[in-house]
Amino acid sequence: MNQRMIVPMLGEAWHAIGANRMRAFLTMLGMMIGVGAVVLMLAVGQGASAAVKRQIEAMGSHLFVVLAGSQQAGGARTGGGNATTLTSDDAYAIRELPGVTAAAPVVMGSYQLIFESNNWNTQVFGTTPDYLTARDWKIADGAGFDDSDVQAARRVAILGATTAKNLFGDASPVGQVLRIKNAPFTVIGVLAPKGQSLDGRDQDDTVMVPLNTAMRTLSGSRFRNAVRMIMVQAESDGAMAIVESGMKDLLRERHRLNGVDDDFFVSNLTAVANSAAETAKTMSLLLGAIASVSLLVGGIGIMNIMLVSVTERTREIGIRMAIGARQKDVMAQFMLEALMLSLTGGLIGVALGAGGAYAVQAIWQTAVEVTTQSIVLAFVVSAVIGLFFGFYPAWKAARLDPIEALRYQ
Amino acid sequence: MSAREADQAGRPPQPDGKAVIAVSRLTKTYSTQAGPVPVLHGIDFTLREGEFAAVMGPSGSGKSTFMNILGCLDHLTGGRYELAGQDVEALDNDALASLRNRVIGFVFQGFNLLQRATLEDNVALPLVYAGVDRATRRQRARDMLAKVGLAKYAQSRPNQISGGQQQRVAIARALVNEPRLILADEPTGNLDSKTSDEVMDLFCALNDEGISIVLVTHELDIAQYARRLVRFHDGLLVEDTPVLNRSWHGVKP
Repeated sequence: MNQRMIVPMLGEAWHAIGANRMRAFLTMLGMMIGVGAVVLMLAVGQGASAAVKRQIEAMGSHLFVVLAGSQQAGGARTGGGNATTLTSDDAYAIRELPGVTAAAPVVMGSYQLIFESNNWNTQVFGTTPDYLTARDWKIADGAGFDDSDVQAARRVAILGATTAKNLFGDASPVGQVLRIKNAPFTVIGVLAPKGQSLDGRDQDDTVMVPLNTAMRTLSGSRFRNAVRMIMVQAESDGAMAIVESGMKDLLRERHRLNGVDDDFFVSNLTAVANSAAETAKTMSLLLGAIASVSLLVGGIGIMNIMLVSVTERTREIGIRMAIGARQKDVMAQFMLEALMLSLTGGLIGVALGAGGAYAVQAIWQTAVEVTTQSIVLAFVVSAVIGLFFGFYPAWKAARLDPIEALRYQ
Repeated sequence: MSAREADQAGRPPQPDGKAVIAVSRLTKTYSTQAGPVPVLHGIDFTLREGEFAAVMGPSGSGKSTFMNILGCLDHLTGGRYELAGQDVEALDNDALASLRNRVIGFVFQGFNLLQRATLEDNVALPLVYAGVDRATRRQRARDMLAKVGLAKYAQSRPNQISGGQQQRVAIARALVNEPRLILADEPTGNLDSKTSDEVMDLFCALNDEGISIVLVTHELDIAQYARRLVRFHDGLLVEDTPVLNRSWHGVKP
């Protein structure tokens, strides 16, 4: 077969399909539904994956949170994080461990913020500059505080985007003085927006102040240096195991535990986030797999209609053989026809699937992502289905005995 | 080619030329569930370039099987068949398809045109399998339709023309690849006597141009258009005589 034969054969395949429009349409409908379902499901699945991925990136990578353990007082136990055993010095010690890029002690509390006639209640974090490093959190306006601000317990604050907007509207808060728990703080910076966390909280609804300032001015704890948690960042995924064990050993030593139960929890935030991403991915694959079943059904439809077509056109095949068509020419002709059915169906299916995905996005506000990859995949799969399910009917046609075929009524 | 040119110049064809078909001791046995069924019992037959043979015989005499073997559509059981000097049994399926495409032109009783395609596309179909380019295909198909007097129907479809016209289209299709041999199986079987005569006149004119023809028929007046009459009976070639009073006397006005 050469390229001079392809064009007339394509034309003939087109005519053969056109001769039975309803039948061809119904056959293609199977492919349209199959391909459309795959494209739609992949779009929804990938949209979910991408959303999770964005949240992970917003959270920061290679993160641990060390929480203080629970406290026991007269048989009543408090929840985790309430013990006063974890100190800022623990954080500074962890900071020196190999593989650690940042270790930020955190105290927090909910306070009323006042600026002129506006007030807003939000979570106030007392921490060190390491916190922003660990969370990979940028300053959008102004500047962050540094270690000297922490040491000197200066009354400066960095506002989250939501907080800034609620207190200052569209004006820049940098340089303004607001009151937290009635103590005046100078705003030195505004954080870049981060959006929702994995659990749906608005991460931008926050204020950060130097750790020492928070301890003296806001929480006023009886226990000096006690912190609620320590946010720790390892330098890479590979370093996480070493950092985790190093951190535990260090804290056991510092807290003189000697085989007593740990008075702290270490939780691996990245592992939690990754498992959320895995879940989204599995979901996506599962949806795709279910959708491929309809693709298989579409392929069987093509095979079915091609077998009917071969039988109907037995005499035509005999004529073609008598005037010089080789077996491979007959084969090619029917393969082309099957391919044309599956690819046309596939093309319309891609359009339907993509359209459906955007409809889903518009109606349910779900993130969807129609990727080039999934479209190419859908196309390749349609072609493979055409070739696979078209092969047997075409082979049957090519193997016909010309005399029998010519006699066929 | 030179023989054909000479014929066009008015010289009679050369029946003593090279053999187009050379069949010796040809046997064919079909194997069925009820056991082997012998159909041909040793046929010797030679057709030289420019010859026009009519094959007659009752049903079951083996003439259709013989034609199928001549047309490279069926395999022989014993003996030898050379088509244009080539031992057909030594060829593979693709080579046989190529012989059917380039050396033989088929004309069938039922015309066997593709109903979906235009007459031009029908005539051009053998050229597709010969790998000829589009422009040449169109040109040759139109030339052939003009030759059988149907140029103005190029874009019609088979169901829009009469049976006799369809058979002429089929002949145009058989001729399009310039074959040396035309095999016609009851070409007038579905036609009335007037259109039969027209179709036979066309065959005779082609023969005068140098194309060899083997024609199967069961009507003696059709057979008498040929130059040579071959009779089959019970799988044997029983008679092979020249036609004395031909129905063809040269180009008609």
